[in-house]
Amino acid sequence: MTASLLFTQLLNGLQLGILLFLLSSGLTLVFGIMNFVNLAHGSLYMLGAYFAASAFRATGSFLAAGVIAVAATLALGVAVERLALARLYARDHLDQVLTTFGLILIFNEAVRFVWGSAPVYMNVPAALAGTVNLFGLPYPAYRFAIIAVGLAVGLALYVLIHRTRVGMLIRAGAANGPMVAALGVNIRLLNTLVFGLGAALAALAGLMAGPIFAVQPGMGESILILTLVAIVTGGIGSIRGAFYGALLVGVVDTVGRAFLPALLREFLDRALAQAAGPALASMLIYLLMAVVLALRPRGLFPVKRS
Amino acid sequence: MRDARRAFPVVFLGLLALVPVVAHLTGEPYYLTVFSRIMVFGLAALGLNLILGFGGLVSFGHALYLGIGAYAVGILSAHGVTSGFAHLGAALAVGAVAALLIGLVCLRTSGMAFIMITLAFAQMFYFLAVGLRQYGGDDGLSIPARSAFGPLALQDATVLYYVIFALLAATLYVLHRVVHARFGMVLQGCRENERRMIALGFPTLRYKLAAYVASALICVLAGVLLANLTQYASPAYMQWVVSGDLIVMILFGGMGTLLGPVVGAAAIIAIEDVLTAFRLGLPWGIDQVVNAHWMAILGALIIVVVLTLKQGLYGWLVHRAARAG
Repeated sequence: MTASLLFTQLLNGLQLGILLFLLSSGLTLVFGIMNFVNLAHGSLYMLGAYFAASAFRATGSFLAAGVIAVAATLALGVAVERLALARLYARDHLDQVLTTFGLILIFNEAVRFVWGSAPVYMNVPAALAGTVNLFGLPYPAYRFAIIAVGLAVGLALYVLIHRTRVGMLIRAGAANGPMVAALGVNIRLLNTLVFGLGAALAALAGLMAGPIFAVQPGMGESILILTLVAIVTGGIGSIRGAFYGALLVGVVDTVGRAFLPALLREFLDRALAQAAGPALASMLIYLLMAVVLALRPRGLFPVKRS
Repeated sequence: MRDARRAFPVVFLGLLALVPVVAHLTGEPYYLTVFSRIMVFGLAALGLNLILGFGGLVSFGHALYLGIGAYAVGILSAHGVTSGFAHLGAALAVGAVAALLIGLVCLRTSGMAFIMITLAFAQMFYFLAVGLRQYGGDDGLSIPARSAFGPLALQDATVLYYVIFALLAATLYVLHRVVHARFGMVLQGCRENERRMIALGFPTLRYKLAAYVASALICVLAGVLLANLTQYASPAYMQWVVSGDLIVMILFGGMGTLLGPVVGAAAIIAIEDVLTAFRLGLPWGIDQVVNAHWMAILGALIIVVVLTLKQGLYGWLVHRAARAG
């Protein structure tokens, strides 16, 4: 267990965390403002990845693939929001969960129908195929680019939410939606805007995850669970909570998986450690979430409500 | 309204009781397995509905208890213990301790946090089961023989069917009494307005915890039956998808009622079964498309039910029967 290995794994954790942040920020805004539980957020990520993979293959340009994927997912997300989800905002959370669960099934099968069940592979763009030198350590340029793009998006979101008029309305909507509507703000438009923003970010995450993970039906669900863990640990409804929650989940999961089995071998019998290590490593983020929720039910960085 | 509500459970259970007869007469023992599955998942959904429908506590982790029941049978069988009483006793004991401890932690939270913390515990146990290499790990373990309950020969599919049927009917009756007793009233009071219940002097945590443990134990029982039915214990029983399926069954059938979840389980499993074996000879290969992509149709049906039938399938059936009669 050397320092350089630890550093690499920390970066990998950061990279997973950044990917989760792109998803969790959209999900948490939709939950915070519309009070809407959108399980189909993972499906938007999946569709983004598929659109990107197809567009990349057709155009050969990663940038063009990104633009097409984000635009197509944005359009689809807004259409779904207007047609089906908008009428559910006033309903029970359980109805929302069930409807979006139905949407997951439909999207998964639609993807299987169009692209088939086999995973679609997407290459890393040629410009980012090499490695970058970080303090004397080689690190894949593509993964580094994910971190950079994610941090840039985080910064842009911070500016949007805290420094612009739209952001002020979004924050106000999260704190007290009916009051914002009563003050004459078009809350329907605001809702669609926020949902579209979430869909675009999910597509961006799908685009960037494409070359790392296999693009396949159902890829949205496993990441949805991680995203939910991230926003609940961080505190539902706040971008800050989504950011720190996502980074925490990404780093704990990655570093735990990398080092826990070896660490257990120091204390335990070899055979036992071999079996317990991976299992315990997979449990780690859920353990973290359970402890956080038991001690602070509203998460680490809850929205301040006055 | 009242008549339909009374008549429907009798008709429903009567039809279930007749399934083995029909299966034997038509020479299709396959239906026995399908309806056994329906009743096992109906039982689990019924258990979850005690806290979800009547207590307003949305547990997204009840597959955990299904898994405890299944693994109690699997692990004891792997060590050569075949007594069904030992299986059931161990399952309920472990399930009760686990539910008590997990419930105590989870019930500190409410709303979204409760949903997620129950999911967290289920996921932990899921990965624990995956880590149990000596018991099959990822693949799970097959159970050579069904639990031996004295003279009850569970090896016979019909006997197993009627055992499941009897347990489902008994649970329905007990829960009917519980829900309409003082305990059930307090539980529903907590769902509607917990602060007011506390102000009235009820120790609400104790009531909710008792309901949580009871609902978990019903799922443990369903897990024991599931392991006997499939002769297999697998980590897949504990996957979050299963917890989600149970919630879907409850809402699809209608959560305000006792029988709703069982009707929901029947509907979902029947839909799955019909669509995957769909052979109507429709043109342009529609049959194959439906077989392969049945989940999309299920998804669309779920959305239609949620958007149009606010009280679920069973609530709608009862309501319609009441209006017609």
